[in-house]
Amino acid sequence: MSEQFDRHSGEVPSTDSVFPNHVSSRSLQGRSLVTLDDISLPQIKDLLDRAAYIDSHRREVAHTCDGRVLATLFYEPSTRTRLSFETAMLRLGGQVIGFAGAQLASVSKGESISDTLKTVSNYADIVAMRHPKEGAALVASRAASVPVINAGDGGHMHPTQTLTDLATIRARKGRLTNLTIGMCGDLTFGRTVHSLISTLCRLGQVDFVLISPDELKTPEYILERIDASPTCTYRETSDLGEVIGDLDILYMTRVQKERFFNEDDYLRLRDTYILDEEKLKAARPDMAILHPLPRVNEITAGVDQDPRAAYFEQVRNGMLVRMALESALLGDELPGYQVRKEVQA
Amino acid sequence: MKVTSIVDGIIIDHVQSGTALKVLHYLHVDPTSTRLALIMNTDSHKYGRKDIIKIEESDDLDLTALGFIAPQATVDMVRQGHIVSKHKPDRPVHLVNVISCVNPRCVTSVERGADQCFHLDDSGVYRCDYCDEKAEL
Repeated sequence: MSEQFDRHSGEVPSTDSVFPNHVSSRSLQGRSLVTLDDISLPQIKDLLDRAAYIDSHRREVAHTCDGRVLATLFYEPSTRTRLSFETAMLRLGGQVIGFAGAQLASVSKGESISDTLKTVSNYADIVAMRHPKEGAALVASRAASVPVINAGDGGHMHPTQTLTDLATIRARKGRLTNLTIGMCGDLTFGRTVHSLISTLCRLGQVDFVLISPDELKTPEYILERIDASPTCTYRETSDLGEVIGDLDILYMTRVQKERFFNEDDYLRLRDTYILDEEKLKAARPDMAILHPLPRVNEITAGVDQDPRAAYFEQVRNGMLVRMALESALLGDELPGYQVRKEVQA
Repeated sequence: MKVTSIVDGIIIDHVQSGTALKVLHYLHVDPTSTRLALIMNTDSHKYGRKDIIKIEESDDLDLTALGFIAPQATVDMVRQGHIVSKHKPDRPVHLVNVISCVNPRCVTSVERGADQCFHLDDSGVYRCDYCDEKAEL
């Protein structure tokens, strides 16, 4: 392929700001984040560094986004992600507007995503949007005149959850490569899984163990992505107990009722994997258990006390990476933070 | 079977047998109002069977989609009854409003006015810009 295509502009660009793999390492200021493919690996690592910096300099960064307004447009239910985006902006000194639930928005009157974003661009400096349709964030980013952050578009992508997961993996294991990572549960509709696999493939040297019932296996395009990575591998299985002892990370997911057209299928599949203290006996003592939350019953409450449980740390990391991202896209520098040279290049 | 030659136009040769009408559809050629000849399921040294499309006065024809719908085809430019050039269609990096995404969860299924956009990925597969679903004819 001689040319690359820019999703955001819909054109073939002449610079290096292209999709999917050859990304620029220039500033994130003014850009949207639809998928982590939009930004370079040094920029991803820089966002993780910024999040760690924010955590240890809460007072210094408290006025980084003074006067800024974040709009949270959530067309489907969310507690954690929306509160995380909003808290992130409030902790940076900015303010928040928005809606949660399509029934509250103009979409209930038939307004398109594009029109909503063109309107909201006049009110807010930055937008975080969740929508049940795949690709909705790309539509939004093309229509908006301010940065748009994809807060989840159907079963497609959820880049800030991936940043959260990466921050947690790095905090627990001290690295993001040379890992055996088990993904367990709904791997068909689990957008967090798709985003995380895609980004880890760019980093390389990860062995994926894909644990799911046959009905909820990983989509072909994600498997092709692993195949395309020279240093990543995968194996598929339906038996968690058989592989749990091999894992550095176990990433549990919920079977999402809202992704099923048929409730009978949901009821049949929702209890396929339940991680409990008994199953954990076969796991390594330093394995980390991640879960994007909310959980239903796929991790029993007894596991929460196990030091391997990292899913509530993820929540904290989620807020920190969203603080890092919001300030970076707005171009509001964190007082005292030094950007590494490869990101400035 | 004898088909009258064209004078000024194009010959799209080596079209996969049985797909010539589909190719016309994706090239937005209306067979009811265009001077053209179709030869379908004729012998081919290379492929066994092939279709051939001859279109007279084709200057306004946009062949961008040909690299997607019939990448193995050959395009012969005909001027004053002679073939003056031959080329293979380029595979377009980007397809706009040529095909529609088949994924019912794709935003294009609900967003009014959204163009149907596909891009060629690194593995040579066309995918929906929005949801990454593989393109299907």
